[in-house]
Amino acid sequence: MDDKHAEHARERSRYIRGFLFALALTLTAFGIGHLYGPQTPYVYLAIGVLGLLQLIVQLAYFLHIDRRRDSREDLDLILFSTMVLLIIILGTVWILGDLHMRMQMGMQM
Amino acid sequence: MSHSDHQTYPGINLGDIDPRHQQRVETAQFGFWVFIMSDLVYFGLMFAIYITMIDAQAGGPGPHELFDLRSLFAQTVLLLTSSMTVGLASLALKYHLGLGRVYLWLVATLLLGLGFLTLEIMDFMNMAAKGGVPQRSGFLSAFYGLVPLHGLHVATGCLWLVILMIQMRVIGVTDQIKSRLMRFGLFWHFLDLIWIGIFTIVYFGGLAYG
Repeated sequence: MDDKHAEHARERSRYIRGFLFALALTLTAFGIGHLYGPQTPYVYLAIGVLGLLQLIVQLAYFLHIDRRRDSREDLDLILFSTMVLLIIILGTVWILGDLHMRMQMGMQM
Repeated sequence: MSHSDHQTYPGINLGDIDPRHQQRVETAQFGFWVFIMSDLVYFGLMFAIYITMIDAQAGGPGPHELFDLRSLFAQTVLLLTSSMTVGLASLALKYHLGLGRVYLWLVATLLLGLGFLTLEIMDFMNMAAKGGVPQRSGFLSAFYGLVPLHGLHVATGCLWLVILMIQMRVIGVTDQIKSRLMRFGLFWHFLDLIWIGIFTIVYFGGLAYG
């Protein structure tokens, strides 16, 4: 019974810590976005990094994805989907960005 | 400690169930992960289109006229809090803290989700009042293709949650209901992950590069 109690406390504090981490990251991102404006050099980079950190925090604390053996299948699935996603997104941005640039060149000629 | 090692997923007691049943629950859970990842690819495509459309404002209203960061911040906090409350609901179920506690956290989740949707719809209405409608420019079409898609997921999640609570009341908290609640939790956390992408890329990215 005591064992269960301790485990419950441990798991609950995990959710609460995750929430506080994520909240702190959100506040920082909105804070610097509001103070400096996202157009300022490096501010958007910082916001992007904070977003990435928050993704990792939520995956670890809320979705219980880590490098433990029994959640390995989930992690493999997520990593593979992320790879597919990166190919799709980077490929789209690259090709359409290139097309956009060439169209602009064409209009200037 | 020893028995927490084989409990991959929160929200359910698998300790004293036979191994075959546990296997079935874990297979269902993994299948739901596969669904979520394919949904993620769909969202990824919408993000890619949005990124390539940031410039395509065609003289219409852009991010600086349309986006309201204060409302966005409120929506972010509401959704993040609801992600924690759904976790606490699953813990209340797992550790037998009483059904009252489970319902309390689930209702809190539902209200936070509905609050998020209310703010989001108000945002869309304000944008439309400033001329920011989907047919105005490629940028706005991409915006309305992506952000309301997430909102639709949240609305579906709210409906799912209501049905789940009715089922808990009518059928009782069976193993099947527990396993459904587990999948709901997964879906709901996933929506918050997508939202991080939306406020970072769609809103701040739009303001930075639009």
